[in-house]
Amino acid sequence: MAFTETFTDGNALAGPLREIFALEMTSADGRCVTCGRTGPVADLRVYGHENGPGLVARCPGCEEIVLRLVVTPERVWLDLRGLVSLAVIR
Amino acid sequence: MSRLAWRVAYLREVRDETPSARTLVLDVPGWPGHLPGQHVDVRLTAPDGYSAQRSYSIASAADGDAADGEAAGGDTVELTVQRVPDGEVSSYLAGPYAVGDPVELRGPVGGWFVWRPADLAPVLLIAGGSGVVPLMSMIRARAAAGSRMPFRLVYSARTPEDVLYAEELKRRALSDRGLDVSYVYTRRAPDGHGRPAGRLTAVDLAEWGWPPEFEPAVFVCGPTGFVEAAADLLVDAGHDPRRIKTERFGPTGG
Repeated sequence: MAFTETFTDGNALAGPLREIFALEMTSADGRCVTCGRTGPVADLRVYGHENGPGLVARCPGCEEIVLRLVVTPERVWLDLRGLVSLAVIR
Repeated sequence: MSRLAWRVAYLREVRDETPSARTLVLDVPGWPGHLPGQHVDVRLTAPDGYSAQRSYSIASAADGDAADGEAAGGDTVELTVQRVPDGEVSSYLAGPYAVGDPVELRGPVGGWFVWRPADLAPVLLIAGGSGVVPLMSMIRARAAAGSRMPFRLVYSARTPEDVLYAEELKRRALSDRGLDVSYVYTRRAPDGHGRPAGRLTAVDLAEWGWPPEFEPAVFVCGPTGFVEAAADLLVDAGHDPRRIKTERFGPTGG
């Protein structure tokens, strides 16, 4: 069997984003800067989960970078370059 | 709300599911409970400080209703770990990790790939390999809640020996009224299965899923390639993409 146990979509961002945000963010709808697609953070394509220090999430519509997240012992860096807006469920 | 904290969990019990997968019953003091479909992050730290972290779907029902109806405590979480070649976390959790050993865990996290017993739509669950884990949590939660919502599980596995929770699924398919379970074997089907081995097709979903007009809530979980293929089949069949929720476990080609 070669199934890996790791996620490779925005569901994998749930834990890291909860380090920063008080609310659950993977259900939030984000709007892509590049193509205008709107969809939940959970549907983003996430790369770099295996061993890298950071995660890169790309739009499933246009493959452009939506957000990047890097966790260091001192800081969590969140780069939201590809998001026009995030609609978070209260 | 406080920042999500790491907790220390202890292994209470192990259940072998297949030759390469086992279920870990973890005692998690202070566990706040979870919704079926949520997951946890597990962190291992080596003596030299190197740490590795992975997400695992929770297999148990939200109330701690463990497999085969054993009443587990509310501070219990079950994870089913598939051993992965060179998997630095899975090879430990599915290998030397022993009863009584600690592990760091945080959660529950995730709120998208979640089924709530109050949801009023028939449910279609589509599993590829170990992607059945969060779907099993939904099936267990449905039974624990006494829900009569119709559920259908279409479970794709390589061979009969790779099926997780095989005995429990067999039992629930008989005892959990309104639950249908169908199997797709991709490499080798058991004698008398009727369907030749092969990947999931539109015919399988037409036969064993729900028609799009029923507006089911669809949950697809498995390796990335499997999820993409299944989601495409569903959309082609007329299912509304907004009712298809997906969770991907990695690029392995199922």
